[in-house]
Formats: sequence, C-alpha cells, structure tokens
Amino acid sequence: MKILVPIKRVVDYNVKVRVKSDQSGVELTGVKMSINPFDEIAVEEAVRLKEAGVATEVVAVSCGTSACQETLRSALAMGADRAILVETDAELQPLAVAKLLKAVAEREQPQMVICGKQAIDDDANQTGQMLAALMGWPQATFASKVAVGEGVVAVTREIDGGLETIELKLPAVVTADLRLNEPRYATLPNIMKAKKKPLDVVAAGELGVDVAPRLRHVRHAEPAARKGGVKVADVAELVNKLRNEAKVI
Amino acid sequence: MKTLVIAEHDNSRLATATLNAVTAAARFGGDIDVLVAGQGCDAAVAQAQSIAGVSRVLKVEAPHYAEPLAENLAVLAQRVAGEGGYRAVLVGATSFGKNLAPRVAALLDIAAVSDVVAIAAPGRYERPIYAGNVMVAVESDQPVDVLTIRTTAFDAAGSGGGATVEAIAAGPDLGLSRVLGRELSKSERPELGAAAIVVSGGRGLGNGENYHRLLDPLADTLGAALGASRAAVDAGFVPNDYQVGQTGKIVAPGLYVAVGISGAIQHLAGMKDSKVIVAINKDPDAPIFQVADYGLVADLFDAVPALTTSLSAG
Ligand SMILES: Cc1cc2nc3c(=O)[nH]c(=O)nc-3n(C[C@H](O)[C@H](O)[C@H](O)COP(=O)(O)OP(=O)(O)OC[C@H]3O[C@@H](n4cnc5c(N)ncnc54)[C@H](O)[C@@H]3O)c2cc1C
Ligand SMILES: Cc1cc2nc3c(=O)[nH]c(=O)nc-3n(C[C@H](O)[C@H](O)[C@H](O)COP(=O)(O)OP(=O)(O)OC[C@H]3O[C@@H](n4cnc5c(N)ncnc54)[C@H](O)[C@@H]3O)c2cc1C
Repeated sequence: MKILVPIKRVVDYNVKVRVKSDQSGVELTGVKMSINPFDEIAVEEAVRLKEAGVATEVVAVSCGTSACQETLRSALAMGADRAILVETDAELQPLAVAKLLKAVAEREQPQMVICGKQAIDDDANQTGQMLAALMGWPQATFASKVAVGEGVVAVTREIDGGLETIELKLPAVVTADLRLNEPRYATLPNIMKAKKKPLDVVAAGELGVDVAPRLRHVRHAEPAARKGGVKVADVAELVNKLRNEAKVI
Repeated sequence: MKTLVIAEHDNSRLATATLNAVTAAARFGGDIDVLVAGQGCDAAVAQAQSIAGVSRVLKVEAPHYAEPLAENLAVLAQRVAGEGGYRAVLVGATSFGKNLAPRVAALLDIAAVSDVVAIAAPGRYERPIYAGNVMVAVESDQPVDVLTIRTTAFDAAGSGGGATVEAIAAGPDLGLSRVLGRELSKSERPELGAAAIVVSGGRGLGNGENYHRLLDPLADTLGAALGASRAAVDAGFVPNDYQVGQTGKIVAPGLYVAVGISGAIQHLAGMKDSKVIVAINKDPDAPIFQVADYGLVADLFDAVPALTTSLSAG
C-alpha cells in the first residue's frame, strides 16, 4: 500500500508572528519556518505503517514555493521514500491545495492519504476533508489511532465528547491529531541519506487545475492585547477580589 | 436572501453550537432554514422548530443518517444547498462542523471560511489565524459561502419560535464509512464549551490523581466545568475532550481559573477571551500572568485547597 503525506511549510510554532504595517499579511521575511507539526505526526504515522510492513511506500508532497524543498527533505529524513514538490509562487487556499493534491493522487494512486488536521498558520482545518470530497473517498479527521485492515482502515477520532472509532473503505483520507504518535527526531545519518532521496518538482501549472484564490484576505490585525492584571498576595485577597471587584462568583 | 444552518444533534437533542450558528445566520438578515438529518430525530426536529428566528426545518430521516458521518451528510447538504438558493451554509465550529463543512464546500466547488467570529455583511467575515494572534478580514464574492461559526463569538439563539417542518427526500447511502464505537466522557458538570466558569489544570498538577483530588472539589464548589492544557492531556491526567487551546476547545467563560498552567500561546488561543482570568502558578515569570486579571504566585498544592475551603465557607 502506498501512502501519500501532504506537508506544509509554516511559521515555526515558537515564533510570535507580527502583522505587516500595511496589514496585507503576516511578516514572513527572516522568520523561522518548519514543517507543520501535525504533518510531522502524519509522516511519522506513515513511516511506522511502512516499518510494520503495512505500507510499501511513503510519498511526501508539498504545494508551494521552492523553499518547500527543505520541508520535504525533513520528511525524507524522517523516513519518507520520495517527495514531490508542486511548485508555485501563487497564494494557495485550501480548496486549491486540495485540487493540486487530487491531481497528484490521481497520478500516484495511493491507498491512503494522511494529512495534518490543520496547519498552524492559517488554522483552516479544511484541506484533508476537501481532498476526500474531491476524490469521493471517505475521511477520518482528528485521528488518534489508525489500524489498517483488509481493504479498510479503523480510525479512532478525537471528537468533542470524547473518542469515536469509525471504519473507512480504502482508499481514504485520514487527518492526524496531536496524540496519534510522537514523531521521531531525524538522525544525522538519515538527514544525510535524505539528501540523496528522489525529490521531483512539478510545476503547478502542468496539473491543469484552477488554483485562483476564491477569498480575499483584505486586512490583518493583531487583536487587542489583553492587559495583565494584578498579583494578589494570598487566597483571601483573591476571593475578595473575585467577589467584590470582578463579581464573578 | 436565505441561509441554511446544518444542525448538529444526536437525534434527541441539538448541540448548543447549532443555536450559536442560528444567531450567526441571523446576521445575514433573511430567512433561516435548519437542516436536521437523522433517524428517529423527532425530538431534535421539535427543538429546531422552536428556535427563535428559524423559518423552516428541513427534516430528512434515513437509517444512514443515524450517525453523523460526513460522507452521506455532505452529499445531502450539497443537494439542499444547491436547490435552495442559499447565500450561506453555516455550522458550528465543533468537531462535527469542522469535519463536515469543508467537505460540503469542496463538493460545491466553494472555498470555506473556518472559525468565523464576526459577520459584517454577507461575504464579509472575520476569523482568527495563527492561534488567534492575528485576526483577518475575509471577503468573498462567491454565490454561496460555507462557514463554520466559532461558538464563543455568537450567543445561543433563544426559543419561542414556531418554524414549519418540511420533510425532504434523503440522499444516497454511499456506504463508505461506519461507526464502530464511541467512548464519550460522562460528567455531571457543565459542558466545557458553554460553562460560565472553567477550572483548568496543567502539568503543574503532576498526575491525574492530584488533578482530581485538587480540582474536582474546586469545580464542584464553583459549579464549574473542568479543562486542561495539552501537557496534562498528553500525560494522561484527563481525556482528550478536556483540552483547551488552539487545537482543543475554545472557551470564553465569565471566569477561567488556570492552575499549574504556564500559558503557552497555543493554550492562550483557547481561553484568552474569557472575561476574568485567574492564574495560580509558583513561577512569578510564567507567561500566564501576562493575561491573568488576578495572579496568585503560590504552590498550587497549598493554594487550591485553601481556595476551595474559602469559597465553600461562603
Ligand atoms: C505565498 C503565500 C502567501 C499567503 N498569504 C496569506 C495571507 O497573508 N493570509 C492568509 O490568511 N493566508 C495566506 N495564504 C494562504 C494560506 O496559507 C492558505 O489558506 C493555506 O495554504 C491553506 O490553509 P491551511 O494550511 O490552514 O489548511 P489546512 O486545511 O489547515 O491544512 C491541513 C493539512 O493540509 C495539508 N496542506 C495544507 N497546505 C498544504 C500545502 N501547501 N502543501 C501540501 N499539503 C498541504 C497538510 O497536510 C496540512 O496539515 C498564503 C499562501 C501562500 C502560499
Ligand atoms: C501544534 C501544537 C498545538 C498545541 N495545541 C495546544 C492546545 O490546544 N492546548 C494547550 O494547552 N497546549 C497546546 N500545545 C502545547 C503548548 O505549547 C504547551 O506545551 C502546553 O500548553 C503546556 O502545558 P502546561 O502549561 O500544562 O505545562 P508547562 O508548560 O510545563 O507548565 C506547567 C506550569 O506549572 C507550574 N507549576 C509546576 N508546579 C507547580 C506547583 N506546585 N504550584 C504551582 N505551579 C506549579 C510551572 O511553574 C509551569 O508554569 C500545542 C503545541 C503545539 C506544538
């Protein structure tokens, strides 16, 4: 079974982002970029399925600028077998990414696609579901456990009330939640090996899909910062403030 | 102009998020239809009928809607949205809505807008990105928009309405997925996403036994819901549905009490719109104090029992 893992290059989760002074977007120059944390979990899951003899090949794919090659190399260093960059400098919204991924999936014919549940920059939480819709495949979002069976996959999902286990017919799309696994650190020898693994670059234009943005992000702003309040000396003062000043209890 | 709200329910009861979505739909200013797809869902339909501001309840019953699986529901919603001439399709930004809405949008060849916190006009929305550190104004000229609604940003619609009910034809059963089982947390406490007071615990509590020994009595005294940081959930103190944050639940109670939580941005993303924040942490430099209205620098193992005692003394 072949597994396709879409990965996104995002601002590192430790970075405190700043809005550009003209409000056109977020300042990205000179900012540390990393693989989206959920996508790291998706790669780990796919690699584990390969190590367990369930998967035969793990292909990482990213849509974006040539800088995404670096992100793909980190997926290769974790154990993906090869990588595909769908290259474009255009702004990609989730529907466009899903259409590009569909074109790649039609070429590659994977039995399973494992995405991250959301990208931590745009926080859209859409791409996997959209890809599943476009392919006509079932989907299991927010996965915390994946068990592949004969022609099916059982996925435990983190839902609002607790956990739910569903069974999907393969091929299917799964999106990874935080507790699916703990991704490994790439070792130095594997980072070296990753440099020699195949990385194909496909121009997005060649895939013949409409990637024009449907939405305009017209204005970015930092929300009004919450002002820190006061430190209280002890429990008695805290209770007094909550009762008589904030009046919340 | 008409809007369609997709109801989230378990056949017997609507999720509160549906009421928040109706309030958001009212911002469009036209008729509001609510789609209730289920099996044996008369109680949910009756509840939808009584929501103030709703014109019509579209009721669809079939065995393949007994469980809220995205594949069958999305195909149905695509048809209803296409035939109905709606300006927008709305659903609460819960695990149900986040799972379903993008799938509906893609079938309609429409871009979805996630986690909407404000609707200025049809086609003009606001949503948080980067864990709530940036708010972006989004404009759309699409014929129909598909939105998930951040529940903390819109009040729940009231009752007292009298919508008509229309039974409509079911969509196909695609047979792509099925539910094998569920493990739902049972609790007598208020629902985390809708509670007036939330008591949340982090890694500072050390283990699950401490978490419950210290926080259960405090929550009981306050009539509060219980929450947690990701670190506390990952370490197994409490189940996943307790997690507050960028990738957990978003809460905005009147009072949020953070105990042994450092205040990472991913955690703040889930609670910084709370009206009053209290932090108890032994580290005076913990970032949580930058957002706390009342900060108590103390060992939680002393402070929490003292707080519970003081509060229950009235
Ligand atoms: C140059 C550029 C500038 C942009 N500027 C802005 C801006 O200023 N403001 C703004 O709001 N948006 C901007 N965007 C758009 C924003 O990044 C998109 O909305 C985003 O690509 C998709 O949303 P998401 O990543 O949150 O999707 P999600 O649906 O949250 O992603 C879920 C999963 O889908 C997969 N995935 C997502 N994207 C890709 C990808 N590109 N390649 C492979 N897999 C992927 C991953 O597995 C990911 O975990 C910009 C995009 C680009 C390329
Ligand atoms: C992609 C991604 C998504 C994430 N999503 C979320 C999310 O949704 N929600 C979330 O919460 N986190 C999330 N995180 C994790 C987040 O970055 C932090 O790691 C996490 O919130 C830390 O939890 P904590 O505050 O309980 O633990 P810590 O940061 O370890 O803080 C423990 C605190 O307890 C205090 N303490 C210890 N002992 C005592 C004592 N005896 N008395 C008083 N105080 C004490 C310490 O001073 C410390 O401040 C995410 C991370 C990533 C990368």
